[in-house]
Amino acid sequence: MNASETLNTRRGPANTHQEDGQRYSQAALTPPVDVTEDAAGITLLADLPGVSNDKLRLQVEADTLTIDAEVGLILPDGLQSSHTEVGVGRFHRSFILSRELDTEKITAQLANGVLTLRIPKAEHAQPRRISIDVHPS
Amino acid sequence: MYRSLYPRDMFAEMDRLHREMQQAFDLSPTIRGFGRTGFPALNVGSTPGAIEIYAFAPGIDPATLDVQLERGLLTISGERKGSLGDGDKATAVHINERFEGSFRRVVTLPEDADTNAVQARYRDGILQISVQRQAAAQPRRITVN
Repeated sequence: MNASETLNTRRGPANTHQEDGQRYSQAALTPPVDVTEDAAGITLLADLPGVSNDKLRLQVEADTLTIDAEVGLILPDGLQSSHTEVGVGRFHRSFILSRELDTEKITAQLANGVLTLRIPKAEHAQPRRISIDVHPS
Repeated sequence: MYRSLYPRDMFAEMDRLHREMQQAFDLSPTIRGFGRTGFPALNVGSTPGAIEIYAFAPGIDPATLDVQLERGLLTISGERKGSLGDGDKATAVHINERFEGSFRRVVTLPEDADTNAVQARYRDGILQISVQRQAAAQPRRITVN
């Protein structure tokens, strides 16, 4: 406790909130996902209830895709919890991508607490039909 | 190293601890209790003026959500359509963890709930239901003459 307090005072009060956020970031829920693959790419759906656009952080670093999200639920003053099934307000999950996926062209949508990610395959990895020229001899 | 002549049975101790923990944290003494699992996940809390229920139900059209209140029982039901496509052979399913199908969860409301003053709203995949408490149950100051 003392150590973190000195850390906060050293960095100034402006950083206190951020420090708290980093400390709590270790506790996170794993959102359930669906992943499907078709010829053109991979579709990922993740349940992130209570997460709005500004609280969602998607990151691709090297070959790792990371989903980091925070529940933006505003609780009324003086709320006493009597039953809790979702006890942590943060979601975190990461995936290793394979090489044929084109991380530059990932698209993401967030609607009603469901994140839809589309990761297309790089063009050279997509199946293509090779036409065969038959020369009558 | 000191060793007790009558060491405690560690497993019995763990069992007792487990029971005590359950009693301490299981806050559902009603006969209908609370399902521990299921979709949607529920958080229930209360303020002096209202009972707040949060249902974590992402990806649902709010128009298809059915919230009913009957004799102190609040029922949340609906259906979530699957996202995996309809058996398309060209699509491979790698991970399938998200809930799909119809769901129904029931919450027992406390006796002082005012069943006529209920508000429900759906935002970012969370259904929030506020049930006001009856005025008689709210703390009030009694003036002394």
